[in-house]
Amino acid sequence: MKEVVIDSKGIHYKVLNFMIEDAINAGATKIVLENVNGQRFLLDGVNADVELEVHGTAGDDLAAFMNGPRVTVYGNVQDGVGNTMNRGLVVIHGDGRDIVGHSMRGGKIFVKGDVGYRVGIHMKQYEDNYPVVVAGGTAMDFLGEYMAGGVVLILNIGDAPFTGDWVGTGIHGGVIYVRGDVPEFLLGIGAKATDLEASDKKLIKELAEEYGRYFGVDPKPIYESRFTKIVPISHRPYAKMYTDD
Amino acid sequence: MASFPPKFKVLVDKEVCTGCLKCTLQCPFDVHIYDKEGFKASGKDKDERKNFIVRNQENCVACQRCVFTCPVKCIQIEVRPPTYNPHPVWTDAVRRDLKTQSDTGGVLLAAMGNEQPYPSYFDRLVIDACQVTNPSIDPLREPMELRTYLGRKPEKLEFEDNGTSLKTQLAKNLKLETPIMIAHMSYGAISLNAHKSLANAAAEQGTFMGTGEGGLHKDLYHLADSIIVQVASGRFAVHEEYLKTGAAVEIKIGQGAKPGIGGHLPGRKITEPISKTRMIPVGSDALSPAPHHDIYSIEDLSRLIYAIKEATRYKKPVFVKIAAVNNSAPIATGIIRAGADAVVLDGFTAGTGAAPQVIRNNLGIPIEAAIASVDQRLRDEGIRHWGSIIASGSMRSSGDVAKAIALGADAVYIGTASLISLGCTVCKQCFTGKCAWGIATQDPNLTKRLDPEVGARRVSNLIGAWSHELQEILGALGLNSLESLRGNRDRLRGVGLSQTELDVLDVLPAGR
Repeated sequence: MKEVVIDSKGIHYKVLNFMIEDAINAGATKIVLENVNGQRFLLDGVNADVELEVHGTAGDDLAAFMNGPRVTVYGNVQDGVGNTMNRGLVVIHGDGRDIVGHSMRGGKIFVKGDVGYRVGIHMKQYEDNYPVVVAGGTAMDFLGEYMAGGVVLILNIGDAPFTGDWVGTGIHGGVIYVRGDVPEFLLGIGAKATDLEASDKKLIKELAEEYGRYFGVDPKPIYESRFTKIVPISHRPYAKMYTDD
Repeated sequence: MASFPPKFKVLVDKEVCTGCLKCTLQCPFDVHIYDKEGFKASGKDKDERKNFIVRNQENCVACQRCVFTCPVKCIQIEVRPPTYNPHPVWTDAVRRDLKTQSDTGGVLLAAMGNEQPYPSYFDRLVIDACQVTNPSIDPLREPMELRTYLGRKPEKLEFEDNGTSLKTQLAKNLKLETPIMIAHMSYGAISLNAHKSLANAAAEQGTFMGTGEGGLHKDLYHLADSIIVQVASGRFAVHEEYLKTGAAVEIKIGQGAKPGIGGHLPGRKITEPISKTRMIPVGSDALSPAPHHDIYSIEDLSRLIYAIKEATRYKKPVFVKIAAVNNSAPIATGIIRAGADAVVLDGFTAGTGAAPQVIRNNLGIPIEAAIASVDQRLRDEGIRHWGSIIASGSMRSSGDVAKAIALGADAVYIGTASLISLGCTVCKQCFTGKCAWGIATQDPNLTKRLDPEVGARRVSNLIGAWSHELQEILGALGLNSLESLRGNRDRLRGVGLSQTELDVLDVLPAGR
């Protein structure tokens, strides 16, 4: 294994990303970025067998269009982590912000803490591609908006009452699980809460165990709790909207 | 039962008809139906078979497929005279729409461009020509430059001390042999054979084709150097390899035929191959939201532009397409300042495979006004060289192209014109998925009607012919390079336009 350490302090994202590209081309299998302070587009569009360790705060669009690498962030991330990501793993030892997993098609994102608004928006699945977003804390409004596939799991480890409004607005595929209750009035247009089946519980258990491994948390009390499952009312919500259908 | 009388009459010359049944096989709209059982039961001779073809005239859309494929040319389609009691306000079309809508309670869908009789500025602009004092150029015998580079141009050029090599780093530009590109029409809206035809034509003419939002079929990856890939709000088919494959990437914010609204490919059109290319499950609705979920400001747009530039390692120009609207000029300067290499303006008569009719007929502004105002604004701000202007929306001839370029565009996209070249008759049924000419359909029985080799040759012919015509126009203007016509509004004059309209277009009236 070839490890490369880069001190990111004061380096513009464009330069930093070229340094990362050079390191990958030179055969690095692990890249450690020290002193990251909001640099954007880290591993954007990268298709390589490489591991990235970020120390500090990763900027917008971390792992956007990413296709394969594994990223660990020791800190928080800004908006758009995993934007249209295809494959790979992002593990964040901190909080995520808005549109985590936007239009993501595959791969996994694990956030130790809270996530912001419109998380999992328009996530989609296709054949073997099945995107996963797991957050240990809570989520803000419009969770899983416009969702077309994949899974969003909110573990709510702090047991705070869930207050994110408009959950699953426009959802037409995929599934959202929230630990604890999600009052009916928080559900968005096109979303409904249903009972969990054995397969749901199995999936939650697997993902909670994976979360536990990354962040050193005992998953048992988490996955044994009560969850709310939110799914689309229809996979073709606008089928009757036009005169030709 | 439809609530209104048929629009067309299907006339068959029974004297000539041989009863070959070809029309019954060719019509996807169930107009010509063969009553096989009736014929058998009648026990009549084969010569009598023609009398057992029933014509459901109310289904006819005047696509002309039967007319052209009938071996003995015995079919004729006629428009029925208006049948309602005439009224100048409540026209036949209005009454039909009201009745259709009352039947279903749905939003009226429409295809192709705006059908309202708005005046065309192109038709009220004329092009200058040389006489005596400034000699014209003969394009047949003298070099005539149509080559166009799209993308950011440098502020100035700096050379190394040796004086011959360039010090200035040039931004990646697209090199076009002709300023006519083929517009973004998605695989899904049109067939793979149509995509193949257009892509091959673009490659042959040294220009580019847009993928639209439906991704790029694997069979076309070898032509990727002539293809501009699109990133739209649904992010369908958008992945790292797709971005890196195209010659340029275009972010679609809006579309001239339906400004401000999203797209909706119904699940029944997501067949196996479409599903593979768009990377979404078979049968699920493909919903393209109205806005991009990560773009609510110019700053956000800049982030997506640079996310794409980063993903493509700064090797691909990034374009941003908007519908032509009232405030296109400030938006366009924002787009160019956000880092885009070109802004694409799509006028209100631009085509579509499907749009709510009320949106298509009523929203947006004419492309001519948008080109002139955007070009002027970028010049006023001193940033015209930062990015190119690409115009689209009902370019019907090389004359329209020349006028668009004189108004300030660097290049144009043609959509509907290229489809007509492929065989489209503008029957406006694209959204039904039943295109009789194999273009706007995914039905294998219909798509096989379009031979991609023939299609490529036809579209290539069209672009080649328009390019020659552009050279003729340049020759008449005494110009030997398209570059000299670009934004050269002094070579245009307005006919029958108000002073305000002339001011917007920044052209003088004819005679002045």
